[in-house]
Amino acid sequence: MDFLTIIQILDSTIRLATPLLLACLAGLYSERAGIFDIGLEGKMLMAAFFSAAVAAVTGSVWLGLLAGIASSMVLSGLHGLASITFRGNQLISGVAINFLAAGMTVLIAQDWFKQGGRTPSLFDQGRFNPITLPFAETLEPVPFIGPIYAELISGHSILVYLALLAVPGTWWLLYRTRFGLRLRAVGENPAAVDTAGVSVVGLRYAAVAICGVLCGIAGAYLATALQAGFVKDMTAGRGFIALAALIFAKWRPWHALYACLLFGFLQAIALRYQNIDLGAFVVPVQAMDALPYVLTVVILAGFVGKAIPPRAGGEPYVKER
Amino acid sequence: MEKMPHWADVILIPLISLILAAILSALVILAIGEDPVAAVKLMVQGALGSTYGWGYTLYYATNFMFTGLAVAVAFHARMFNIGGEGQAMLGGLGVALVCLLIPWPHWSLALIAAILASMAFGALWAAIPAYLQAKRGSHIVITTIMFNFIAAAVLNYVLVNLLRPEGSMDPATARFPETVHLPTLHEMLAPIGINFSRAAPANISLLVAVAACVIVWLLIWRTRLGYEIRAYGHSETGALYAGISPVKITMIAMLISGALAGLMAINNVMGEAERLVMNATEGAGFIGIAVALMGRSHPFGVFLAAILFGFLYQGGAELALWTSIPRELIVVIQALVILFTGALDNMVRMPLEKLFLRMNRGKS
Repeated sequence: MDFLTIIQILDSTIRLATPLLLACLAGLYSERAGIFDIGLEGKMLMAAFFSAAVAAVTGSVWLGLLAGIASSMVLSGLHGLASITFRGNQLISGVAINFLAAGMTVLIAQDWFKQGGRTPSLFDQGRFNPITLPFAETLEPVPFIGPIYAELISGHSILVYLALLAVPGTWWLLYRTRFGLRLRAVGENPAAVDTAGVSVVGLRYAAVAICGVLCGIAGAYLATALQAGFVKDMTAGRGFIALAALIFAKWRPWHALYACLLFGFLQAIALRYQNIDLGAFVVPVQAMDALPYVLTVVILAGFVGKAIPPRAGGEPYVKER
Repeated sequence: MEKMPHWADVILIPLISLILAAILSALVILAIGEDPVAAVKLMVQGALGSTYGWGYTLYYATNFMFTGLAVAVAFHARMFNIGGEGQAMLGGLGVALVCLLIPWPHWSLALIAAILASMAFGALWAAIPAYLQAKRGSHIVITTIMFNFIAAAVLNYVLVNLLRPEGSMDPATARFPETVHLPTLHEMLAPIGINFSRAAPANISLLVAVAACVIVWLLIWRTRLGYEIRAYGHSETGALYAGISPVKITMIAMLISGALAGLMAINNVMGEAERLVMNATEGAGFIGIAVALMGRSHPFGVFLAAILFGFLYQGGAELALWTSIPRELIVVIQALVILFTGALDNMVRMPLEKLFLRMNRGKS
């Protein structure tokens, strides 16, 4: 394997890790506030469709992004209504949202575009195009550093950089602001937050709303940057890999970045090689597909460091019993 | 004092939830420019208007009875087994191995062996998440989701690399031998003079599914184990004081649940396809969630809900065939049913409880 191949694999790692990272951070806000969210997949899918559809119709990818965020937030609102206001089962609500998105996207796509549940392909301004960072071309001939800068760091769409910036942003918001402290507290001990005179319901809705925004960006990235248009079920389980990454990261922002890069790397390898010949034995591509899930189960089992979710996660808050 | 009578809890709430889901579905059909009334007529005609339609409706219903029961049994122990899909996939592997590796003299022997194998494989796939939940406290929902994906990868590997016949490009096993062919409803009903459609895939597994409903009912409400499962689901600490082992109940409830989900394979793999293909389950494991929620985790409710979803599935296929409404409409309806009967249960329940309280106060 030569240097350029490694650069290319790492480059595609970053591109594939971006939607995972955005969805993973989305889940982080929600779950840190005590709202389990297995509907990340559905929200991404809904956003992917609406961003591609609006971008295709208006020709503006930014309007598409807004539409994607809005649609994802509608589903977030539904999840909030079910799990915060009506104290329903958060897991069941997440399952319902996944199916709702899987069905509605194809239904609307067929009604609007009549192309078998997909949107028209996006061109030019309808997509987030790669950005060339300053000096990328001048630096390219420089050995080692040049290709790394020009290929690996430069040349991604703006959403990739946004996702990477969201990591320190999330860390700062959660650990260095009053809002973050309260958000984390509401996921651990909502009664204490309530006693302090802060609205549990308000905080949880805020967390779910942030989750919707980030899932919306993740979905828009899939349909308008990674690919050029929406196709049926295009999230292909990424929402669940993001969920796995979130557990793998034990609900911490920086670790979420590492986990998503690792899972993105696995996807990049699986995309490039069918089977990996390690000499003694061959690793089948299916093993690469299954690895994120297997790793997550191992982490959940607590054999390699225990993953302990926020204490009040999954439980609706009742003010008086 | 009871907040509301038992019948309201069992019948009224699911019914209102169902009506809400139906109204929203009708609005969706209206929004995409089709006529909901005509759509319902077409669905009834397509799913129930002929023995062919009934054959498909009952075939789908058989699948959903198994997966619905699987989810329901886990619900009784207050666990959410979202892994029915993966367990059913592995059940299919068990059936395929039994049918391909052993030369059976008669289908009845093969069916018994297939039942045992599918249950064993399904239970095996549920065993690891169950063990991790019982012993290590890993959340069963997350682990069973992960095991769905792992099951898909395992099945993909086995079909592509191990069970695929020489020279075939299709990731599927060879066709099962003729001797393990299960009698279809056509073959079963012809001797007593009923001419049932020859093309429909409904088969003897339907009887196994109905028997499973009865057995699960006996298990949950008429045995000591069933009592322990319900007690544990009701209150873990209460069960603990009564000397019921949480580890034991978690394991047993999940093993039964996985076995029931795996059992679905005798219908879709052995009864219909007669070979194992990729994605043989077609999401039936997830529909089990909707079925169990609607059936209020009661085997009879599951039976009715499974038939309703069988009708929706077959009716939806007919809609996709004759109108511009895609099959995904069924996925939307399924989502709405899960939403209203599961997640938004309190939205229906709270006003009703208030209503009944007020009525009772008026009486006394």
